[in-house]
Amino acid sequence: MSDVHLELTQVGIEFPTPKGPFRALRDVNLKINQGEFISLIGHSGCGKSTVLNIVAGLYEATEGGVLLDGKEVRTPGPERAVVFQNHSLLPWLSAYENVELAVDQVFKGSKTPAEKKEWIEHNLKLVHMDHAMHKRPDEISGGMKQRVGIARALSMQPEVMLMDEPFGALDALTRAHLQDSLMEIQKDLNNTVIMITHDVDEAVLLSDRIVMMTNGPAATIGEILHVDLPHPRDRLALADDPQYNHYRSEVLRFLYEKQRKVEH
Amino acid sequence: MNPLTWSFVEPFYKLISGEDRKGQMKKITQMLGLPMMGLLVFLLLWQGASSSINTSLGQFPGPVQTYQQFTNLVDEAQEEAVKEERFYERQEERNARKLEKNPEAEIKIRDYVGPPTFFDQIGRSLVTVMSGFILASLIAIPIGIVIGLNSNVYAAVNPLIQIFKPVSPLAWLPLVTMVVSAVYISDDPMFDKAFLNSMFTVLLCCLWPTIINTAAGVATVTQDLKNVSQVLNLSWMTHVRKIVLPCSIPMMFTGLRISLGIAWMVLIAAEMLAQNPGLGKFVWDEFQNGSSESLGRIMVAVIVIGIVGFVLDRGMLMVQKAVSWDKSVALR
Repeated sequence: MSDVHLELTQVGIEFPTPKGPFRALRDVNLKINQGEFISLIGHSGCGKSTVLNIVAGLYEATEGGVLLDGKEVRTPGPERAVVFQNHSLLPWLSAYENVELAVDQVFKGSKTPAEKKEWIEHNLKLVHMDHAMHKRPDEISGGMKQRVGIARALSMQPEVMLMDEPFGALDALTRAHLQDSLMEIQKDLNNTVIMITHDVDEAVLLSDRIVMMTNGPAATIGEILHVDLPHPRDRLALADDPQYNHYRSEVLRFLYEKQRKVEH
Repeated sequence: MNPLTWSFVEPFYKLISGEDRKGQMKKITQMLGLPMMGLLVFLLLWQGASSSINTSLGQFPGPVQTYQQFTNLVDEAQEEAVKEERFYERQEERNARKLEKNPEAEIKIRDYVGPPTFFDQIGRSLVTVMSGFILASLIAIPIGIVIGLNSNVYAAVNPLIQIFKPVSPLAWLPLVTMVVSAVYISDDPMFDKAFLNSMFTVLLCCLWPTIINTAAGVATVTQDLKNVSQVLNLSWMTHVRKIVLPCSIPMMFTGLRISLGIAWMVLIAAEMLAQNPGLGKFVWDEFQNGSSESLGRIMVAVIVIGIVGFVLDRGMLMVQKAVSWDKSVALR
């Protein structure tokens, strides 16, 4: 493939513990193209977040490495924006100011104050938060906080967007709304996205490829499933689609037959 | 500021506007009635106890004598103010006459050097305590932030803080005195040495609670927020300004309030020992004076010290409320 955007090669990581090193990941190989939407799915504790954190630069791989457009990634940076699981908004800043912090940092000197303001408002509008942009996180609901978190990540104009279980803490209806919003945004922006999820439906609905991970320790990629459904996708129409249900059962089979989690 | 937002105005306003009269009366009783009762009982006990204590300087002052001494102190301050005014008037007249005789004459305005009144002493004490406190905070907050951010620095500095924290600042006073007189040598000193001695003693005791609490506040920055800062590539200064400072403000103010409370207590003792003008010196001078009025005057000072300490704490609370982002937290 010629337009490989992000490449993980033989990535592995060990964490030092008092009982000796703990191997969390080994031999993770993945090539991601520009504009691809990738889901990482697996049982909890399988190292999904670790993969994401390595791509984000928050962890450093013990072996192997990550290339973004041919350049090695070692430290965190705004070109790999992260949407955190628990939104991680600064509680003392309004939605607008939270996005502003990112915009000020990324477009330091390249946008005038008026352009910055317009850009912040544009991104909040994308996630349908323009009506409450001067509210602080404790004044808005969980779903709205996550929307602001996404707006903050989008506002950095990232090369890759990393989403760490972005909708994990939300109720099913709010989650569906946010998934729809995300698909809508994705249609326009065509970002490269890596998303961690526990939710099989979410993975099939949103992704171009689903990366299924084996159980830890020493987790790695088990299978990769291409989801060949045309965009835009509609959750109601897909509910009865045999192809959709086939993908769904593939993932379920991997998770509950091949990688059955043994609870200790 | 909208006076209706003051909690003590609200029930009166509602009472007048006829809203839930019974409930408002109950609120007012709780807010004013009970504290008044407490005060009354205290005054009665004080009166009863004082009349049965006889000292070599006469009877222990009760509420009435204390109040009399308070009015005396007010009168003395007024007399002093009048004297000062006359002093400057006389000077002006003399200078005017001089100029009449000889327009080239050099004119001097001499400062009035009367004895400081009780109220001057309060002012001096406040200046001393605030200089020490502000200087200490300017030193302690940055140190607290640095050691809170870096666990290695924390490990290195923590034993020192733990050892110096319990030291009574008065133990420092002789050392401070010697160092100030050795180091601060000037023909035309900007500050009085006694002032510097008490100020530095206050400073030394203000450092520790602020350092410890600021560092603890910095430690409340969660990993999530640190990750945000890293992903955004925030510079160290921006990280501190935008994330660490707002996060640690509640704990920082806890430290500042403890510091100011200790500072005020220590200051009185330091002024007694350093002979720096202020409430402490006033108490000491009255004690040395040993007149029949002395005990009453000291009692006035005791009450004033208490009230000033209370007002200082409330002031800090108001600043804390103004700068803290989380207005939902009940601050008391």
